[in-house]
Amino acid sequence: MRDLLSADNVSFRYAAGAPLVVDGVTVRLSDGALAGILGPNGSGKTTLLRLLSGTRRPTSGRVLLGNRPLDQFSRREAARQIAVVPQETELAFEYRAIEIVLMGRHPHLGLLTVEGPGDVRIAHDALAATGTSHLADRFFHELSGGEKQRIVIAAALAQSANLLLLDEPTASLDLGYQLEISSLLLRLNQDHGVTMAISTHDLNMAASICRELILMRDGRVLASGPTAEVLTPENVRRLYDVEADVQVNSETGHMTVVPVRRIK
Amino acid sequence: MSIRRRIIIVVSGFAAFAVAVMIWAPTVGSTPISLARAFDRSIAWDDNVDAQIFFVARLPRVLAGGLVGATLAAAGVVLQALLRNPLATPFTLGVSAGASLGAMLAVTMRLELSVLGVTSIPLASFAGSMIATGIVYALASSQRRGLSTNVLLLAGVTLNAFFSALILFVQYLADFAEALRAIRWMMGGLDVASYFPIVAALPFIIISFAAFAMMTRTLNLLSVGAEAAASRGVEIVRAQRLAFISASLATGAAVSLGGPIGFIGIIVPHLVRLLVGSDHRIVLPASALFGAAFLVLCDLAARTLMSPLEIPVGVVTALIGGPFFLWLLVKRS
Repeated sequence: MRDLLSADNVSFRYAAGAPLVVDGVTVRLSDGALAGILGPNGSGKTTLLRLLSGTRRPTSGRVLLGNRPLDQFSRREAARQIAVVPQETELAFEYRAIEIVLMGRHPHLGLLTVEGPGDVRIAHDALAATGTSHLADRFFHELSGGEKQRIVIAAALAQSANLLLLDEPTASLDLGYQLEISSLLLRLNQDHGVTMAISTHDLNMAASICRELILMRDGRVLASGPTAEVLTPENVRRLYDVEADVQVNSETGHMTVVPVRRIK
Repeated sequence: MSIRRRIIIVVSGFAAFAVAVMIWAPTVGSTPISLARAFDRSIAWDDNVDAQIFFVARLPRVLAGGLVGATLAAAGVVLQALLRNPLATPFTLGVSAGASLGAMLAVTMRLELSVLGVTSIPLASFAGSMIATGIVYALASSQRRGLSTNVLLLAGVTLNAFFSALILFVQYLADFAEALRAIRWMMGGLDVASYFPIVAALPFIIISFAAFAMMTRTLNLLSVGAEAAASRGVEIVRAQRLAFISASLATGAAVSLGGPIGFIGIIVPHLVRLLVGSDHRIVLPASALFGAAFLVLCDLAARTLMSPLEIPVGVVTALIGGPFFLWLLVKRS
């Protein structure tokens, strides 16, 4: 299967003289992939996603979208193919949920064009796909954490991109919402063919929905490959300095990771 | 209702209000005049007192009020979105302090020059505002690629304080009459006395408004966050530069025309948002139109409430704006 988005030996520092936050990383997302990016705080997951989405340019190395370097695309062109769900969304002003979702249409509209009926239909489809149609006219700031996150995902879907990069989409959510978001992501990947990369701290979510994993530490890739091969007690120890049990349910094939203790 | 229709209907409503206010305002004043007589071409100009009062005394003032009000309100909207801070004003980034210092220096150094009917005080204040803008811009873009809105805000606030100190110092050295004249300018006033200063400010304001018109949807995205906006196709650095420079240019031109009239740039956008929501495609034009009407009405109050004494229009807007601002703070917390 062809690579949709790939980073080729990319490194990045936020300012001249600052340490490398991403250090010689190579990753490939093939068409239809559902990849998880795991790693401790400060390991460079968010920055890697920014490099992959093109909102930051690598200090060295290059990112390819299809066969073309990502920095040859205008922001608008890139945004029609890659959508991002950021870790947090804080609004400066009060917007309704539907207004937020319609903002996803930005890269498809001309300078002075207003969203037409087609754009509104796409926005409502995105609300339906995330189970938030009933929230359309509510103010974003009045919604619960899980509802907000689903609206932000809907806005990314309204972008009609075939690639979705999510930065800790379940970080601040309770167990119920975590399950809801992960099954939503799985459905989007399987039914709508959206290629995804998800950064997360939730090993069990990653184990249950991601088919491949990229493990990052100190800006480098520690291991990558199919989930079952990569998610081993040895790798978890190298990644987090934590001793863990990794159990595989013999009937369902589900993997669970149970942290045991921290190794100094 | 489609989004386009909603924008057209709401903005048309605000436009109708602004036009009505601007037609009515020149007829009100210490001497009542008749619009019919003022526009009656059969009466000779020299004999038509109504026409003289309308076209010479009141219309320039109303037009200046409309232009300044529209510009300050629109610039407020743009800067609030750029800084992602609803409490920002057109004067937050040092433009008005630079303008005031320029005006102060023009008064105390007794500069007597005139370009195309524009006198030294507006010229010096416009120059001061552009110098302040240049300093803030250089500071905010020096640290890294792009524009840091945090540095922008800090540099603006610091420059405001520093320029205020310079203003006080120059004022301390000035003689009494000069100091009074400069202070009077800083209170704001729309007594332009001719059409020249309006025409001179117009090109800068038109250019800025053309830039505003192209950035309304981008301002919505910036309100959601720079990173999110970038991932949705906004060229962040370009958008931020355009917003900052056009808002500063417009503010500098408006201040050179009417002085640093406070609170318009914050009250009007907030009132408009309360009425129509936060979509900048509506908020920006509606604020400009409402700002025009609001300042013309404030100026009407300024010249009639204590007639024949005139209250500086900046005092009127501050008397309304101060309590409103406090109410806003309490409501937000």
